[in-house]
Amino acid sequence: MKKKSFLLLVLGLVMSMFLVACGGDDTSTDSNEDNDTGSEDNGEDTSSDVEQVLNLIEASQIPTMDSVHATDAVAFQWLNETMEGLYRLNEDTVPVPALATGDPVISEDGLEWTVEIRDDAVWSNGDPVTAHDFVFAWRRAVNPDTGSEYGPFMMNGVIANAEAISNGEAEVDTLGIEAVSDTELLITLEKPVPYFHSLLTFGTYLPQNEAFVTEQGDDYALSSDNLLYNGPFELTEWNPTGENANQWTLVKNEDYWDADSVQLEEINVSIVKETSTGVNLYNTGDIDRASLSAEYVEQYAGTEDYRTLAEAVLFYLKFNQDNEFLANQNIRKAVAMSIGKQGLVDVILANGSTVSNGAVPTDFSAHPETGEGFREINGDLITEDQAQAQEFWAAGLEELGVDTVELGYLGGDSEVAQEMDAYIKNQLEGNLEGLTVEVTSVPFEERISRDENSEYDIQNSGWGPDYLDPNTWLEMWTSTSPYMTMNYENEEYDALIAEANNELITDLPARYDNFLEAEKILMDDAAIAPLYQRSRAYLWRPSVEGVISNPMGADFTYKYAYIAE
Amino acid sequence: MGKYIFKRIGYMLVTLFIIATFSFILMKMLPGSPLTAEEKVTEAQRAIIEAKYGLDQPIFVQYLKYLGNLVQGDLGVSFQLKNQPVTDILMAGIPVSAQLGFWALMLGTFFGMLLGLLASIKHNTVFDYAANVISVLGISIPSFIFAGLLQYYVGVKLGWLPIAFWGTPQQMIMPIISLSIFPMAISSRFLRTEMIEVLGSDYMVTAKAKGVSQFSLIFKHALRNALIPLITVMGPMAVSLMTGTLVIEQIFSVPGLGEQFVRGVMTNDFSIIMGTTLLFAFLFIVIILVIDILYGIIDPRIRLAGGDD
Repeated sequence: MKKKSFLLLVLGLVMSMFLVACGGDDTSTDSNEDNDTGSEDNGEDTSSDVEQVLNLIEASQIPTMDSVHATDAVAFQWLNETMEGLYRLNEDTVPVPALATGDPVISEDGLEWTVEIRDDAVWSNGDPVTAHDFVFAWRRAVNPDTGSEYGPFMMNGVIANAEAISNGEAEVDTLGIEAVSDTELLITLEKPVPYFHSLLTFGTYLPQNEAFVTEQGDDYALSSDNLLYNGPFELTEWNPTGENANQWTLVKNEDYWDADSVQLEEINVSIVKETSTGVNLYNTGDIDRASLSAEYVEQYAGTEDYRTLAEAVLFYLKFNQDNEFLANQNIRKAVAMSIGKQGLVDVILANGSTVSNGAVPTDFSAHPETGEGFREINGDLITEDQAQAQEFWAAGLEELGVDTVELGYLGGDSEVAQEMDAYIKNQLEGNLEGLTVEVTSVPFEERISRDENSEYDIQNSGWGPDYLDPNTWLEMWTSTSPYMTMNYENEEYDALIAEANNELITDLPARYDNFLEAEKILMDDAAIAPLYQRSRAYLWRPSVEGVISNPMGADFTYKYAYIAE
Repeated sequence: MGKYIFKRIGYMLVTLFIIATFSFILMKMLPGSPLTAEEKVTEAQRAIIEAKYGLDQPIFVQYLKYLGNLVQGDLGVSFQLKNQPVTDILMAGIPVSAQLGFWALMLGTFFGMLLGLLASIKHNTVFDYAANVISVLGISIPSFIFAGLLQYYVGVKLGWLPIAFWGTPQQMIMPIISLSIFPMAISSRFLRTEMIEVLGSDYMVTAKAKGVSQFSLIFKHALRNALIPLITVMGPMAVSLMTGTLVIEQIFSVPGLGEQFVRGVMTNDFSIIMGTTLLFAFLFIVIILVIDILYGIIDPRIRLAGGDD
């Protein structure tokens, strides 16, 4: 009897725990149902009266909405929609005034930038957005007490005194930013920075409302309730520790100074990690865009909903010239020219990625005078050319006095990376007689560590830009760069880059010409072998128009997006 | 019984302490740091940030601090989700994962028992073979494949149920079913074997000879004895469901603990990894304790607290 009642007690406890769990979830059930109706309504929108609602998925949680702490694509994406800085990138990747009333006024020596700020912009609590908000946020970003990773990374060596402050060697208020008045900002740079205009579009340079941030303290930006907005949209229902942690909503900010340009009323975002789940949700009309992996590209390529977007990310082979064979220019050229790059992007990657024949990607930083793109001006510098590759190979072998060459090859360990590396090995060994390639596949961290220590012969590597200037692609190959790691040194190349960043720093057209010249030298040396420029493949609802995709910062801008009929 | 439970709780705390110590040491031996933009941070900056989070202090000092906070129920803040308290992050995921796991276990064992019972009563008939096939499929097909098929056919093709997310009862059906397949298969196999053994035992023959009805024979006498081993496997099964949810949660975009754990590991988020590890360890220990207690209740031959009660 006693035991029976104990059993009942235990069962009762278990049941009540379960009931509590159920009870606790009632509220989330309700809000979820609301969400569902919202998206279903949207899915049925085929009539003329189009609801301006966009339904998206994101692969992970927003790590932070505090602009000085943001480091990753997801954070910068949603900061870009809810906040407004001095400038925004337009569809041609040109910085255009946002909170600024016009282009910056730059002093003769390029060190002092004066920016006029519009007086009609407000925070979502009604406070006006002023020059002081920028001063506060930037100081906070470099203040060592903040512990920001991107603040010092983006500002050191750019804004006057940022480096000293972030190392704790100078007072925070000595940072080169000053509010001359509520609407006038004076920025002093450490040295002239030609691409500073584009840096001002970056999330780390956003303003913050001092009174609000100070009042919130450690709670600032923990959820959408602990945030202020001054951008096209306001974030609602975002709470990474709430019941609906994997969903959030953006609604149009009616108080946004440029609200007339914003057509979308609502953006619903859910976290979906599985590609297949995303595709399924797209096919039932729950979402308007899903990224595709290679196996789905085959299925959807050619349909009306299939779209690819080129990213400003390049992949290439690094040749370590510590290796006696790779120290030979002819050998490097032969290797670089004998890879069937078209087959690589069409068959192995199959996601819209394109062949790369230079060290700077397409659609990246136009010539300051002619407006022509870097890639268009310099054209294809290293293309597949089997006949020439044979000549270089024969010449190289003769110079070295050998018949056979053995090379190590360091690559990534993902499925695609291994397929790609097997393909390249196959191409090289098949096309260049006497060549043996030994592929080693390692995890990302391991590859980075071997890269830093120059422990490779050939390495399949990639790079994304840090700012909108050819320098981000070319300075890394100078002999003093920490990223070069392949014992390459060409004095002429080093001199051109050094000149571009010193004597020519304010003479933009001449500086640009230096970069063009430098890239030709780099490619003639075949210091690296360009492989491909990455693209992403999407299922993209054709009715969603006006989305701008950006090569740096936030991947997309939805400010001008709308749902067409 | 009270004394026994008290003693077990004491052991539990010691076990947790050992687990916390070991995971802390292992964590500190891992290469890499929780900085999110590691490759872009200079040495000087890294030193400043690590000092801010106390990561520059000797490991022993960090360890003592961690234990001190742990005793007060403070698991620290996440590095990846800036400033979010780990306790809050875990508390948000626990009810969801618990609900998913609990229902899957209930549904799985219930249908598993039905299936096992049917198979044992109709031993060596077509029912038995069918139940056998279902169990083998359930054990050998990974739950994510089943989840994927379910999502595609029931969600997309038939459009009967929502494809993903969590909250409404409709949204919960497919994740729960996907997760319940494995416990169903396991419990059906177990029950069938046990039932066949029990039904063939001498006391069952006696009971039958005494004229006990078939119904009473099976449900009152045989089933109760056959359930004992099932209870034993339910503990480990519940724990394996806790990890099994990681995959199911990902496929159906369920905001449970899985995402936190996976992201913590992927990004070296020490405080999240420690928090989830301790939580799983705690649950595991509690489940084992509950199973041991239930065991004693169901099988009177087992005396938990020795001979003195």
